Amino acid sequence: MSDRVAAGGEPKPTDINKTVPFRGRGFNPQPLGVIAPVVFVGLIAFWEVGSQTGFISDLVLPAPSEAFEAFLQLLETGMFWKHLSASLQRLVIGWICGTVLGVIAGMAIGLFSLARAALAPLVSAIFPIPKIALLPLFIIWFGIGEGSKVATILFGTFFPTVISTYGGVDNVDRNLIRMGQSFGLSWSSIVRKIILPGALPAILSGFRISASIAIILLVAAEMIGAEFGIGAYILLAGSLFATDQLIAGVAMLSVLGLCFAWLIGRAEKYFLDWRA
Amino acid sequence: MDLHLQKISHSYDDVEVLRGIDLEINQGQIVCIVGPSGCGKSTLLRFIGGLERPSSGQVIQIGEPPTGSLNPLTYIFQDFALLPWRTVWGNVSLVLEDHGIKGSAAEDIISDVLARTKLTEFKKALPRQLSGGMKQRVAIARALAVKPAVLLMDEPLSALDSQTRELLMDDLVDLWLREGFTACYVTHNLAEAVRLGHRIAVLSRRPGQIRDIVEIDIPLEDRPNRSGELAGKQQQLWDLMRQEALAADKELLDV
Ligand SMILES: Nc1ncnc2c1ncn2[C@@H]1O[C@H](COP(=O)(O)OP(=O)(O)OP(=O)(O)O)[C@@H](O)[C@H]1O
Ligand SMILES: [Mg+2]
Repeated sequence: MSDRVAAGGEPKPTDINKTVPFRGRGFNPQPLGVIAPVVFVGLIAFWEVGSQTGFISDLVLPAPSEAFEAFLQLLETGMFWKHLSASLQRLVIGWICGTVLGVIAGMAIGLFSLARAALAPLVSAIFPIPKIALLPLFIIWFGIGEGSKVATILFGTFFPTVISTYGGVDNVDRNLIRMGQSFGLSWSSIVRKIILPGALPAILSGFRISASIAIILLVAAEMIGAEFGIGAYILLAGSLFATDQLIAGVAMLSVLGLCFAWLIGRAEKYFLDWRA
Repeated sequence: MDLHLQKISHSYDDVEVLRGIDLEINQGQIVCIVGPSGCGKSTLLRFIGGLERPSSGQVIQIGEPPTGSLNPLTYIFQDFALLPWRTVWGNVSLVLEDHGIKGSAAEDIISDVLARTKLTEFKKALPRQLSGGMKQRVAIARALAVKPAVLLMDEPLSALDSQTRELLMDDLVDLWLREGFTACYVTHNLAEAVRLGHRIAVLSRRPGQIRDIVEIDIPLEDRPNRSGELAGKQQQLWDLMRQEALAADKELLDV
């Protein structure tokens, strides 16, 4: 080998001496802050231009500007706040009740053999049922007013929360629980100081899923007997084929979803800053 | 406070893990337990601290733990078992909170144990920011905070690199010289055993039985200067373990 190195100097890459090829590229997604807005704006600009030039027919898809006008109209008439507050109220009540009950049930399943034996199969059996299919039942049980709407969202968010919570409890490091016992910590201290924080990452990622499910179910719940609400607005627009209003409503839902995701992201940053 | 292990036998389902273990852990002594992998050392330690119950036999506590001892039988774990969401300070305070020690009383104890383990400047650090050796020092600080009568250590150094292990072993020796704690120290490292142990119990392969108990009456502080004698003891231990380790290896191959 040594005779291939030029005497007295550092070896230089030539056709015999090559630098070692770099093979460690990829599989390491980096946050690229500018890309998302660029894609977003680009897509909407393309859509707008397509509509203006007639490349996208008005019948197929209204221009974004038209949808925006529909939104402005909603703002001017003051209906926006009525729809938004009605929807938010249902979402927040349903989601909070569903997740609180879900976390409690999930903790019970994670901690007690009896609860696990009794509830875990039940949860697996009911989770896959589309809650929309149960809406008529909810209306009979809870009335056509707010009750059935909140109940739909509550049921929809309850089950995924149960599953993520007890999955989280099951995954808490057994050695940490052993440690707590070996230092004579009380049962409630072990649950509060070891199991709950240990399960929190799983619980919070369950919140992400249940928040999306809540928004999906909102539209379904507002299908019947709702005067106000973003879902009701979308459905009315749909039945009148007012596609500009429909797009405006869907965009509102999407923004709502982004807001929830952002809030949960903040909560994760705050509660899980101990993770790398 | 002394501990006497009397005729401890144990089986997990149909696997016999331990058979007729008799052992005394006397106050102020470090008793090491060595033995081939899977012979039931960790299981035995769990019995001593009351985390599990043996199928037969018992662990007797002779005499009262010293007054002020919050948690007489205290573990130091191989994997440190620190809560990753609590700081160094919070991890130590965890074990005091349940004894109703809060406020300035807790602060005094925590500052004291952190100073004794040279961790004062890291009190706000989270476990993920610490090296393995420092994590284990936090676990030692946490154990000291509850004023244990007996420290139960399950391979406390084997997750660490060899330099860190040396340093921490010196720390343990210093600590023992200052405080004379009682300990039961499980290890598979014979050098650790002869460095720290007053008595070394050698277990046979599974089902674990006591093959022999080797006493080392060289004072801990003199041991670095009398490495020749220690090497002899270590050789004696190795001769005892060698056949067991070989046989244990064969058994695994047969399965
Ligand atoms: N909870 C358990 N249930 C069933 N078997 C177990 C359990 N804990 C340990 N064992 C078995 O008991 C035997 C002894 O285990 P133990 O962990 O006490 O050995 P050890 O001497 O500490 O081994 P090592 O040197 O690897 O740490 C092993 O064969 C193990 O598989
Ligand atoms: Mg072990």
